[in-house]
Order: sequence, then structure tokens, then C-alpha cells
Amino acid sequence: MDAFIFQIMTGFATGSIYASVALALVIIFRSTHELNLAQGEMAMFSTFVAWQLIEFNVPYWGAFAITLVFSFFAGMLIERILVRPAQNGNPLTAVAIFVGLMLIINGMAGWIFGFTMRDFPSPFENLFTGLPVALSGHEIGMLAVVFTMLLLIFLFFRFTPLGLALRAVAVNPESCRLVGISVNRMLAIGWGLAAMIGSVAGMMAAPILFLDPHMMAFIMTYGLAAAVLGGLDSPLGAIIAGLLLGVMENLAGAYVVGPELKLPLALLVIFSVLVFRPRGLMGHVVIKRV
Amino acid sequence: MSAALEVSDLSGSYGQGNVLYNMNFTVEQGGITALLGANGAGKTTTLRAIYNLLPQRTGDVRLFGSSTERKPAEAVARMGVGHVPDGRGTFDSLTVEENLILGAYGRRDKSAVRDDMKRMFGYFPRLQERFTQQAGTLSGGEQQMLAIARALIGRPKLLILDEPSFGLAPVVVQEIFSIIRLINTQEGVAVLLVEQNAGMAFALADQAFVMETGRIVVSGKSADVAANEEVRRAYLGI
Repeated sequence: MDAFIFQIMTGFATGSIYASVALALVIIFRSTHELNLAQGEMAMFSTFVAWQLIEFNVPYWGAFAITLVFSFFAGMLIERILVRPAQNGNPLTAVAIFVGLMLIINGMAGWIFGFTMRDFPSPFENLFTGLPVALSGHEIGMLAVVFTMLLLIFLFFRFTPLGLALRAVAVNPESCRLVGISVNRMLAIGWGLAAMIGSVAGMMAAPILFLDPHMMAFIMTYGLAAAVLGGLDSPLGAIIAGLLLGVMENLAGAYVVGPELKLPLALLVIFSVLVFRPRGLMGHVVIKRV
Repeated sequence: MSAALEVSDLSGSYGQGNVLYNMNFTVEQGGITALLGANGAGKTTTLRAIYNLLPQRTGDVRLFGSSTERKPAEAVARMGVGHVPDGRGTFDSLTVEENLILGAYGRRDKSAVRDDMKRMFGYFPRLQERFTQQAGTLSGGEQQMLAIARALIGRPKLLILDEPSFGLAPVVVQEIFSIIRLINTQEGVAVLLVEQNAGMAFALADQAFVMETGRIVVSGKSADVAANEEVRRAYLGI
């Protein structure tokens, strides 16, 4: 029984990472109807930036904060330079740009930081040791960081004028322009936010996975799956689906198919759900009045 | 005093071939001007051109004396214009309150915004009853009222209404038109009323312009245009 609870809790911890990546994808998808396939690589690159700062003896939380700021502006810059010009073109152009961006960032990370695996420190390593839970100090700290972030993001979207404007752009961009909101600026901010959320996921995952340019590949797969499962336009759906996926994957690995097949099994479950519920768990069906 | 809106030699196209030809019209400050025409005459396209939302346009558009040349739509909107789009353009999944807050997006005086919200409830008491409801759950007439209140809460000096009567029952249209008149006199806001429903627009407006296939074909004092037999028969079907 204890082992079972342990599996659920570790699943919850990894699930929180999937949930963050899924949320980042959903934030961009809601306003642009585009899936940012490079989200994972952007997060990986941000994590390398944090790693480099720590190597330069910047204290952990200082490096963390600088990385958040860096990621925000890098996300905005990518939107402005690469994504916006393709906005009104063929949707496949955007896909090509995202795939290209993914490869470019991956190559750049390898070129600058190398392809060897690196240790990434956790600020929670020796904390929470006395608690009667089976999670490691890092996993507990990671859950705290991720959930604090999710709460802050919720409060931002729900209670600030900028958050409201970002939601409005997702609902009706043209009306936004007519009340004087710059849609372009909102899209850029959305990208910045998504990049920032991704960087938190990267920095929290790196102590577990080790840091290398391919670190985010499978997290991105799960994040994408969680975003789709959650409904693509539902932030809450993405978070719930991410957590569910983490737990499901862990239980499947421990009790059903073993670690080799846990990824295919989790994805199989998702496909099955989508067959019966194509709009995802919490997605909205778009109904247009004629 | 410069006009609220002055459109001179406005032509525009979606890329190939003009859809607007040499349009000239003005909305005086504090006045009500009607832009009339049948479905497809180019009324909404004209508004899009004013907001620089048309891919190409030539000519001059001035709001309160300043040119809108090369300004993005959101910057034009901030030049003192409140817009009520066709199909109302309310944010359906957001609440009535959130819709109104968005209307005041450019304003920094947040406590005055709350006062203005209360003033809007004076014109549209039903919005107060629906304050926390999602805009999408409102009736068509209530959504139209919300769209007007959202435009007014940005404290515009010119209110542009794109077919406010569309899809509404005649009694609701009457109610909305009388509120528009009230707003015009009480707030001193100039109004550009774009309508297919000419009968009611003539009664409200002091100037009227009739469009056909991208051109203004008749213009003048509202009463004169309304009396023009040719206009009644050929363009408005009344």
C-alpha cells in the first residue's frame, strides 16, 4: 500500500512538469491556434542559461530569477521575429517554422554548451528530510515551486487588467483592437509567459533527468499529449491532464507493463480518450451561429 | 472646430480591384450622421478602411483634425473613437463586468471607470442585472447594449455604430435608438450610425449619406435625403 501511494506521489511530481509544459502550449494555442513544437527546446535552452549562471557562481535563486526574465524576453523576441511574419500565411508555414526553431535551438544548445550530460543542482536536496513522505527533497520542492507558479499565473490571468486583455485576445482579437488593445503586443507577451513557464519546468526537471540538449524531448511529448488530452484551449484541463498523465505513467510502469512500455501505454490511453471525446477532457466545442 | 470624422477621397481595396471609390463625408462634433445603404454596399468596408483594417487604401481620414495615416487599428481606436462592431463583437466567454473593463482598457483613472460603469447602468439597467453573467448568455438586445456601453466607457468623442439594429426585434431597436439619441445629447458624443434600416436612421440623424457599390450616391440633410423619391425606391427599398 505504501509503495502504491509512493508511486502516485512521484507520478504527481513528474506530472507537475508535464502540466507546466502543457500549460505553456495552451497559452499560445488559445491566442494563435498554433502549437509551439519548439516549447520543449526553448525550455531546455533556458535551463542551460540557468546552468551557466550557476557555473559562474551566481546563487541558485538569482540564476533562477535571471533565467525567468531571460526566457520571457527570448519568448517575446521569437514571436516577433519568427512567428509573427508567418501569422497570416499557410498554417503549415507555422509548423515548418516551429520544427525549424526546434532544431535550431537544439543545435545551438549543443554548439554552445556541448552534448555531454551535466549535473544540475537542486536547491531542495537536503531539505524536507524529516517529513513522513516518501518523496525526495527535490520532488517536494519542485511541487511547491510548480504549484506556486500555477497559482500566480491563475491570479495574473484572473485579476489583473493585462491578464484580462490576454484572455480577451483569445476570445475576439478584432474587438480587442477596436477597444485599443494591441493584439500583437498581447501575442508577444503570451509567448514570453509560455517561455517563462517552460523554463521553470526545465529547471525543475533537470536535477532529476540531468541536463543535455535532448533533455526535454520526452517531457515535450508528454506535455503535448497532456495539452491535447486537456482540450488544447483549457489551461485547467492541461494542468489536470498533465498530473493525471504523470500518475498514470508511473502506475503503468510499476504495475502493468514495466518501464519500457510505460510511454506507449500512456499515449494509448490518451488516444482512446480522444476517440470518444475528440475535444479533450475540458476543451470547448466551437459552435458558430449561422 | 474640426469635424469629429472627416473622410476625403477615400478609396480602398482588398488587393485586386477597388471596393471603395472616392468617398467623401463628415461627422460634425456632437452631430449624428447616418451612413446608409443596402447589404453589400460597402458600409462595413468603409469602417474597416477608417481603421486601416483594409489591405490598401488611399485618401485622407481625419479624426478631430488628426490624420489616421499608417496607424494600426488599436491606435486609431485610441484617438477618441468608440466602436460598436457589426455582430456586436462582445467577448462572449467573459462576463459583462469584464467586457466593460476592457472597454476602459486605455484609461488609468480606475475609480472614474467605476463611476462611468454606474452611469452606463443608468442608460442600460439590464446590464447591471447581468453584471456577473457571461456575455454570451445575454439576449441579442442586451449584447447590443453591452457593446454600446463598452464603447462609451472609453469616453469617446465619436461613437461608431455598425448596424446596431441587426437581428433585433423592432421594439428593441426602438429602445436602442432612443438611448443612442439620449447619449448623443447628454454625453455630447458625435455619432456615426451605419445602417440598413433607413427609416429609423433618418429619424435619428441630422446628416445622411447613401452608399451603393462602394460609392456615396446621395448626401445631404437627413430630412432631404429621406424625402428623395429616387433614394427611397432605388437604394433603400422603402
